[in-house]
Amino acid sequence: MRPLFNLSFRYKIPLWGSLLIVTATLAVSTALIVQSYDDLRSDLVNSSASLGRTLAKTLFAAMIQEDVWQAFAIIRAPLHEESGNNLVQPEMILALDQRERIFVSSHPKSVPMLADVRQIDKEYAHLAELIAANLAPDAPIIEFSGARRIYVAVPVAEEGARLGTLVIIHSKDVFLPRFRAVAWRAAGIGLVVLAVLLPLNWYWGQRTAAPLIALARRTSDVARGALQAPPPGTYAYDDELGRLFDAFAVMVKSLREKALLEEEMIRSERLAAIGRLSAGIAHEINNPLAGMLVALNNFKRRAGHDERTLKTVAMIERGLAQIRDTVSAMMVEAKVKSRDFMPHDVDDVRMLLSGEMHKRSVTIDVDSDIAAPIALPATLVRQILMNLLLNAVQASATADTVRCALRHSDHALTIATENSGRPIPPEIMNHLFEPFVSNNDTGHGLGLWVTYQIVSQLGGQIAVENRDAMTRFSVSLPTGETS
Amino acid sequence: MMRFIRVFALSMAIFLSGLTAAATEPVRPLRIGLTPTFPHDQYRPLEKWRLYMEHKLQRPVEFTRRDRYIETMDLLRLKKLDFAWICDYPYVHFRKQLRLLAVPVHNGRPYYQSYLIVPATDKTTVSVAQLKDKVFAYTDPYSNTGYLAPRFQLQQAGADPARHFRKTFFAWSHRRVLEAVATGLADGGAISSHVWDTLSVGKPELTGAVRVAAKSSDYGFAPFVAQASIGDEEFHVMQKLLLDMAADEEGRTLLRELNLDGFIAGDTHIYEPTERLIRALGEK
Repeated sequence: MRPLFNLSFRYKIPLWGSLLIVTATLAVSTALIVQSYDDLRSDLVNSSASLGRTLAKTLFAAMIQEDVWQAFAIIRAPLHEESGNNLVQPEMILALDQRERIFVSSHPKSVPMLADVRQIDKEYAHLAELIAANLAPDAPIIEFSGARRIYVAVPVAEEGARLGTLVIIHSKDVFLPRFRAVAWRAAGIGLVVLAVLLPLNWYWGQRTAAPLIALARRTSDVARGALQAPPPGTYAYDDELGRLFDAFAVMVKSLREKALLEEEMIRSERLAAIGRLSAGIAHEINNPLAGMLVALNNFKRRAGHDERTLKTVAMIERGLAQIRDTVSAMMVEAKVKSRDFMPHDVDDVRMLLSGEMHKRSVTIDVDSDIAAPIALPATLVRQILMNLLLNAVQASATADTVRCALRHSDHALTIATENSGRPIPPEIMNHLFEPFVSNNDTGHGLGLWVTYQIVSQLGGQIAVENRDAMTRFSVSLPTGETS
Repeated sequence: MMRFIRVFALSMAIFLSGLTAAATEPVRPLRIGLTPTFPHDQYRPLEKWRLYMEHKLQRPVEFTRRDRYIETMDLLRLKKLDFAWICDYPYVHFRKQLRLLAVPVHNGRPYYQSYLIVPATDKTTVSVAQLKDKVFAYTDPYSNTGYLAPRFQLQQAGADPARHFRKTFFAWSHRRVLEAVATGLADGGAISSHVWDTLSVGKPELTGAVRVAAKSSDYGFAPFVAQASIGDEEFHVMQKLLLDMAADEEGRTLLRELNLDGFIAGDTHIYEPTERLIRALGEK
């Protein structure tokens, strides 16, 4: 049984529906058939009883005079009609005496005179018992259905004295074909009803199951991590299922947002941790480094060093200088005192990049609405602008244009750069703002790291997206009062 | 003188009464009783016969049909009937109150027999004695061929007619006895040979279901009788009508339908076998 309940709704709904329809149709057809059987039978018994009452009156006179021939003529009379198919035409009529012996029968060859009814067969014996149990002259009419025949027994009595019993016997051989015809008709109607309802039910079942199945599939997808809502319009109605679809879409949307947020948080926490780590290391390196450089300087000033020593010291000094440059590049000090960002700073940055632009035949199209100083440290904003534009120029294809838009509102400065060329691969995208991650072979991968650190320290946000074959960086920096 | 006056007065009275009767009363219909000694329930041929009689006699004729012989006999004795066609047994029995009018002729002879009939399925029975403890259908207690003859056969065979059968009943006509045996209501019955012959032609499906198991000796045919007080003139007119039927075409057609050759005046001695039968059975 359980596998049946485990079936898909695609099959379960139509199957249950079909089962109900078939059961209902069977029940209705059976009821009709039983009803028609009862109707036919009661029609038969009623007409028989009325015939019996009529015959019993005339039979009384014949029986009391023991006029066998007269009694025979009376009970033969209803059988003389030729129509063999007449439903109410009895098969046989018997007149029984007070001891349930045959006074006369309409078919003496099979049921001869004086025979004891009980001896004929079991059905007659049962009938005799019923008659014997109802011997009162005003006893009701007895009806009794045997295996092959229907019996209707009417007392032959007058003024409270019972002389015998008139038994009218109908063969079911006539009755059953009539009943069978009615039954076939009922069965035919049932089949027509089934032929109409079953396909309808199947269609309706499929229609009901389809959205449930879509929803179930999406749910298991979500459980596996694929946050996909069913396409809108899968189920366009406002019933419980429709509300379920709406709620599912809302759930998927919030799950997706939550996942993005988590991803973002993890990334920024990681970046912050790296920032703290690298700043700490840079500080720890910077102090002895400065000491070492001062010591080397002092050492050079002193006379008396041979050529080879001076060469070695110079080599150490260059190495230390490289370490200092690297460390200082990693050390983002946002708290440096600086003037406010001015409109001409944009042009300066563009000027500084002209060599690179020329080398790659890339133009920078700057669209700035900055007209007044902005309360942001000029050095840092210039560095952000510089890094972003330099990246854009280096990523652009030859003879392409890099767009740069700067917008200043009341509370924020937004910088957006956009370039064509190679998009950033997804595996790099997740680690883009980490140090030593580079999308080209030439850079050391600190530019975006530094930019990120500056933006973070200024309380702003930086985002990157690949869209329509364009790579777009956007930076938003909150502004304070101008100094 | 007194004698003359008396004769005159009587003559006048008769004359006057005849005058007044002729003047006031319509002609009295002739009343004829019919019994099941022949198939008396066939209306159409009998109506033709009645009209034939009315035409020949120039007076109305009434047929009175009764199933039971005794009823017809009662009507005769009560003078409610002038003539009747009855069985030979009641004729012999009530001979003193009756006059033999005419005897039908069948197959050239004024005799008939009693046939013992059994269902066609009964292939073995050849005498009534073999039907012990069976159901037997008699025609009428005043029938010779349908009652007396089989009882006589039983008596001759040494059986008691009152106890021989398990059950007997009267079907009140030869034709119904035939039906009773044909349907199986009775295991045997006795009917007149004339009815058998007539129905063999008219109802072969009925006689086909039945077999004649035995035939009795000859008995005088069921006679036409007149009640004893009938006037000679009426008697002779009626007798002439019956005897002359074979002489005209219409009469012959009617006789054919009755399955008779004609009527003869008959002689009472043809009923001697019947009388012997009655005596033998002690029914008289």
